[in-house]
Amino acid sequence: MENRVVFRSAWLPYALVAPQIAITLIFFFWPAAQAVWYSFQLQDAFGLKSQFVGLQNFVTLFSDPHYLNSFRVTAVFSVSVAVLALAASLLLALMADRVVRGAMGYKTLLIWPYAVAPAVAGVLYAFLFAPSIGIVTYALKGWFGIEWNWLLDGEQAMLLVVMAAVWNHVSYNFVFFLAGLQAIPRSLIEAAAIDGAGPARRFWTVVFPLLSPTTFFLLVINVVYAFFGTFGLIDATTQGGPGQDTQILVYKVYHDGVKAADLGGSSAQSVILMLIVIALTVVQFRFIERRVQY
Amino acid sequence: MKLNGLAAALAAAILCAPQAHAQIEIQWWHSMGGQLGEALNELANKFNGEQKDYKIVTSYKGSYPESMTAAIAAFRAGQAPHMLQVFEVGTATMMAAKGAVKPVYQLMKEQGEPFDPKAYLATVTGYYSDAQGNMLSLPFNSSTALFYIDRNKFKQAGLPPVPPKTWKELLAVAEKLKAAGQSCVYTTGWPSWVHVENFSAWHNLPIGTKQNGMAGLDTQFTINSPAHVKHIEMLADMAKRGLFTYAGRTNQADSRFAAGECAMATISAGALGNVIKTGKTDWQISVLPYHDDVKGAPQNSIIGGASLWVMSGRKPEEYKGVARFMSFLSRPEVQMDWHVKTGYVPITQAAFDLTKKSGFYDKNPGRDMAVRQLTNKAPTENSKGLRFGNFVQGRTVIEEELESAFAGRKTAKAALDDAVKRGNEILRQFEAANK
Repeated sequence: MENRVVFRSAWLPYALVAPQIAITLIFFFWPAAQAVWYSFQLQDAFGLKSQFVGLQNFVTLFSDPHYLNSFRVTAVFSVSVAVLALAASLLLALMADRVVRGAMGYKTLLIWPYAVAPAVAGVLYAFLFAPSIGIVTYALKGWFGIEWNWLLDGEQAMLLVVMAAVWNHVSYNFVFFLAGLQAIPRSLIEAAAIDGAGPARRFWTVVFPLLSPTTFFLLVINVVYAFFGTFGLIDATTQGGPGQDTQILVYKVYHDGVKAADLGGSSAQSVILMLIVIALTVVQFRFIERRVQY
Repeated sequence: MKLNGLAAALAAAILCAPQAHAQIEIQWWHSMGGQLGEALNELANKFNGEQKDYKIVTSYKGSYPESMTAAIAAFRAGQAPHMLQVFEVGTATMMAAKGAVKPVYQLMKEQGEPFDPKAYLATVTGYYSDAQGNMLSLPFNSSTALFYIDRNKFKQAGLPPVPPKTWKELLAVAEKLKAAGQSCVYTTGWPSWVHVENFSAWHNLPIGTKQNGMAGLDTQFTINSPAHVKHIEMLADMAKRGLFTYAGRTNQADSRFAAGECAMATISAGALGNVIKTGKTDWQISVLPYHDDVKGAPQNSIIGGASLWVMSGRKPEEYKGVARFMSFLSRPEVQMDWHVKTGYVPITQAAFDLTKKSGFYDKNPGRDMAVRQLTNKAPTENSKGLRFGNFVQGRTVIEEELESAFAGRKTAKAALDDAVKRGNEILRQFEAANK
């Protein structure tokens, strides 16, 4: 059953968790509380005049069709990034797990992209796919006759940021999937093989269910990454354009708050964003985790 | 809080050190990177070398929005710099921040520095003056949108290498260039600045009510007039026919033209240095094209660039130094030097005359084009500038809607109607926050 360590001392356990609690309080709860406070206010850029406006910032937001559209954009973006990043990395991990010769080399190379900061990944992709001078753009036009201009084509812009985000995050998932795969007892797979199950059958009935804790963990991480971690990447490539076709929620928070100095509106958006992520995490833990077999 | 204390102690230590020389340091935050940053530092060094009482300390704080954000944060923490370079679209935000800024006319009066607003070019000062004509900030780097052509491309297409004057002529030339196999015929930088803001001024059309927002916060955008719609419609149609290549919301078009990719471009006067340095074009600059069926066109264009704002809450003796530096910056020879080095416009008539007399324009034809365009006619209510609250956000809205029109997802009329509607919401919000 459960193996618990019990502290004899009354204060030691509290002292041990105190640093963690302090960090959480200072770097999460304090700013979060401030965001909530600002979201009820209308303030000029310099903070000289502020007035309490109640829920007006929220009313303004929800009556703005462009803000509602930002939800749709965020949903498309996050689902695409999470699904593609998980699928691609699982495939790569399965392959890497089977390789015998030069396995170390493959693994190292597959982990590398994670060392690239999202903003740098964005710059790289922006160069490769630059509408006039990008190498890939040139190839697309030359070989396939595809006109590639994400400055005006919203779907191409979305494709670009999804690709860059997936590429950037695959390595992270890969490491976890690989570790998950190596933790699966070989005897189970061998037993299944002896029973006559082919590789596909073995994967779906043995490997995938046993990987489910890893997959679940990565799903949470990937959604959070798509929601928050991709901000630098968007800023370095499309900056939310064309129109607002790649303006995900977190980017709009940044633009309105930092660039446009609209603190109230921006804070209201962060509060909504906070609620969404809390809700998503709760849903994931309550409903999806039940189906996970540890 | 502890960190703040540490930072304050550090700052105190740094500030105390030079006091041995009894020299007063003046902090100047700016956004001039690269070659422009070097030219700016030369200005500060020259001033520092001329006298011993004050020392201008320059700090590069990133792009325009970044340094403005940094200054706002510093102000909120009670540590604002003395001087801050703010781009033109941030003007209304700074003006509304009474208590955070010290108006330049007031500073000069208090410090007894000679200061004549009439010495500056009207189109430049108009942008930075209040409704009573008081200059609130000191214009520093001012540019305007100009029309560039690459004569090589014209010759290759068998066209006479002269810049078309009207949009009708430009369209005819564009078709011929396209037929001759030119892939990027025409492009533009800063779509809102060129095709909405400067377009309006150049055709003497209002951008917003209340003298483009200069006479009050209760202004509304008027950029969906038939003339505006017609112009954006024409551009969208050109985009569809491959005559207009969209390059992006900021200065991406500069390098495309400089690299010899495009035959024609409407980009900033400040891009010229880049075009010359790249050396891949047989460039010629001219005034912006206009529609000859709009009465009164061409009027005069409006500026872009930035001005210097003085932040409040400093000691009088420090302000003395700021005032003296501002007098220094306005000197004709200093202005001429800056103008020649950077391509920005000289901000005083005296500096323009001095540059003319020096023979610079004879040796460098076209370099006076920006001033000539800005002073083409005496500015009207529609062409002396604009002042819209939170225009950083407002410009983004306009650019988003223009992109929709250029991509053919919306008609020009629908896009501009939406730009007005969304822009007005931002203006109302700003009005409410600054009552």
